[in-house]
Amino acid sequence: MEIARRLTLGERRVGTGGSVPVLAAVAAACVFLVVGSLSSSIFAQQTVAGLAQGTIFASLALALVLIYRATKHINFAQGEMAMATTYFAYQLTQWGLSYWLSFFLTLGLAFLFGVAVQLVLIRPVEHRSVIAVVIVTVGLFILIDGLVTWKWGADQKFMPAPFGNHVYHLGSVSIARQDLGTLIVTVASVFVLWAFFRYTKIGLGMRAAAIRPAAARLVGVRTHALLAVGWGLAAVLGAVAGLMTEPTQYVLQPTMMQAVLLYAFAAAVLGGLESPGGAVVGGLALGVFLNLTGQYVHFATSELRLPIAFAVLLGVLLLKPNGLFGRKQVRRV
Amino acid sequence: MRLRVSPGFVAAAIGAVVVALLPFTMSGYHQGLATKVAVFFIAILGLDILTGYTGQISIGHGAFMALGGYTTAIMSNYHHTNLILTLPLAFAITFACGIVVGIPALRFSGVYLALATFALAVSVPQFAFKFAKFSGGSNGIHTSHTVSHTWLYAVSWAAAAVLYLGAWLLLRGRTGRAFRAVRDSQLAAVSTGVSLPIYKILAFGVSAAYAGVAGSLFVLYLNGYAQPNEFSVVLSLEVLIGAAVAGLGSLWGIIVGAAFIGLLPEISSSVPLIGSSHGQDVVFGLMVIVIMLLIPNGFAGLLRVLARLR
Amino acid sequence: MAPLLELENVSAHYGPVKALHDVSLSVDEGAIVAVLGANGAGKTTTLRAISHTVDRDGVIRFAGKQLGRGGPESTSRLGIAHVPEGRGTFSELTVWENLRLGAYTRRGSVKADLDRVAAFFPWLAERRNQQAGTLSGGEQQMLALARAFMQRGRLLLLDEPSLGLAPLLVTEVFRIIKELNEAEGLTVLVVEQNAHIALQLASSAYVLDVGRVALSGASAELEQHESVRRSYLGY
Repeated sequence: MEIARRLTLGERRVGTGGSVPVLAAVAAACVFLVVGSLSSSIFAQQTVAGLAQGTIFASLALALVLIYRATKHINFAQGEMAMATTYFAYQLTQWGLSYWLSFFLTLGLAFLFGVAVQLVLIRPVEHRSVIAVVIVTVGLFILIDGLVTWKWGADQKFMPAPFGNHVYHLGSVSIARQDLGTLIVTVASVFVLWAFFRYTKIGLGMRAAAIRPAAARLVGVRTHALLAVGWGLAAVLGAVAGLMTEPTQYVLQPTMMQAVLLYAFAAAVLGGLESPGGAVVGGLALGVFLNLTGQYVHFATSELRLPIAFAVLLGVLLLKPNGLFGRKQVRRV
Repeated sequence: MRLRVSPGFVAAAIGAVVVALLPFTMSGYHQGLATKVAVFFIAILGLDILTGYTGQISIGHGAFMALGGYTTAIMSNYHHTNLILTLPLAFAITFACGIVVGIPALRFSGVYLALATFALAVSVPQFAFKFAKFSGGSNGIHTSHTVSHTWLYAVSWAAAAVLYLGAWLLLRGRTGRAFRAVRDSQLAAVSTGVSLPIYKILAFGVSAAYAGVAGSLFVLYLNGYAQPNEFSVVLSLEVLIGAAVAGLGSLWGIIVGAAFIGLLPEISSSVPLIGSSHGQDVVFGLMVIVIMLLIPNGFAGLLRVLARLR
Repeated sequence: MAPLLELENVSAHYGPVKALHDVSLSVDEGAIVAVLGANGAGKTTTLRAISHTVDRDGVIRFAGKQLGRGGPESTSRLGIAHVPEGRGTFSELTVWENLRLGAYTRRGSVKADLDRVAAFFPWLAERRNQQAGTLSGGEQQMLALARAFMQRGRLLLLDEPSLGLAPLLVTEVFRIIKELNEAEGLTVLVVEQNAHIALQLASSAYVLDVGRVALSGASAELEQHESVRRSYLGY
């Protein structure tokens, strides 16, 4: 085998996504945030709040990336699905169940919901037309919106806050317990998902199916079934995002996830649509960036939050058309 | 956009006559609905030129409609411009904006372009809120006078006819072939000397211009009011859905797509069981899903299948 | 004893295009059989028909039982390991993960098999955490063989294992195939453009031409056959 090792016929380098300039920029940004937080309590507060918001964007962005990586489709209904599952949790609490029991039951339901959507709505069209899948998810968006409003009404509802309203004080910095809780819950769910993909056989199968579906089938991976599982997991991520969004907005409303979805799009594209790590970094970065600019840039009033997010997105895309951590798509002639 | 041999031409001619005579039988309300269909007809036509013929996806046409609509409202309000004159003005302005958008769009492809245009659609209404002094904020801005239903019906369908003819002429010639070359194989197009950037940008410009005119007419339909809420991202999604229902390459497809978007909410609200606007959403969402499951290539695809069966 | 694999009048199509016409062949258990032919003759399609990666008609029997409508996932579960054209390596996954995927359908511990693989390819064990895409062409071919071995199938379908490899490496790869066949009793159906080395390895071969079987027989005979020598062996 010595001969084999010496006679290399040209190595193929496969990039892992994060190029040096991007990682350096991210590191520099982290340093900036730490320094800023140490020097100003308002800066620290906005950063923490921004991170909490950012994890919500990251969670939904991860759901989008999960599906996009495996299928090259964007699920426009991801936010509404998240909203619907949150309403389900609300209904459970109305029926007397404790918050955390409702939380976990909702996650289970969300999984089934995602699987069902893939099997019933997506599978019939996914091979026939790219635009048809997009439109089906748009139709689903509208349908879910209508159904939820019809069943529960468009008025605001209140759900028991999972972490209460307590505020911690670190010196002169006040940190809401809710924000900390949000950070912990979303980070934990992202971590669990990561571990699932990294260490389980099914997770490996799903990764293989996303890279090379034909070869995966040849080793026995049931790619079609795993696709449905992927949609289920994405729905679970969305449910976490929805459940954590509700307390930060204090109310439950059918429109609650619409803006979040837009930020999640921005975060997912910012990070590179095929990069889960990018989605997380993108979400966190976006959350912090929006909070800080909102605080310190007077021109940036609340109406401009969305356009600013998208301006950032477009700026990054112009420099790196495949997102911060996206790989350049090799075009074979 | 091939007008098939004589039968298709005859059918279109008959259709034109019907459209011309219809208003005499309709109430003002129905004329308004028909105007709405014309508005979407033009917008979907514009999107078709971009997505169907050059393969560049845009979910941002609501933004161009907003630009056209606000142009009409602002020019009429501040300068008392003749309303009909605002149409070509909107055309020109949104054409220029389309060109401006088309240039950076060259750098994006596929889903990234879709999301970038989506970002545009979301942002433009927000700008209207922000720059309230200029745009009237959430109350919007309105034209100096309103028009009758019949007048609007006539103008919008006349515009639709003119623009359709324009598109037909554009697409059957060299430009159309270049557009299709861009869509089908960018590599092949370049190697045969088709200048990709120019045609891609041109398509964006034309497509935006059509949406701009549609937006102007839309504002007139809304009693002359241009408000940010009317131009939300939902509008862009509706145009996209209309284009998908229409399918590619058929005049009748576009009419069906426009009718679907324009008429379905009205029809479903009149059915007693449904009533409220939430019911309308449920029906609309359901119909969209069902249609896409049954005919993923739109009405035009259905026509092609039927033609093959004969 | 019945052959391990039998094809009877098998046709295959890519959409409206028919690529195989009434191909019949058989592979005995424990044998190495080659499929030869020019580009476009249908060699790859033959393997794809067996693993059902492409639409097929006709009868295919494996270990006496007819293959049904299941896709590639089920053929792999029956014991047929197909190493496709281009090796099908999962470039972004590590060497170890690629091997682990080979054992995807197997329940229970795969440690024993990983040890066996390490015995055949000791250098793979050292590189277990290396990204598969950074391996050289020859190493990726070895990895593909190792992964197929992990599947513990009875039949190995190999699509152009010599493709893109330097001659010394080709010899090495074919040596390993022979060893797998002799030591593990793995039946091999190998598609090759390199007729010379394929005929040295295989006991019998089929020559395909425009989707049909043009010739078949023992390797020794085919090597002497006039048209084979002219078209595929170059003399």
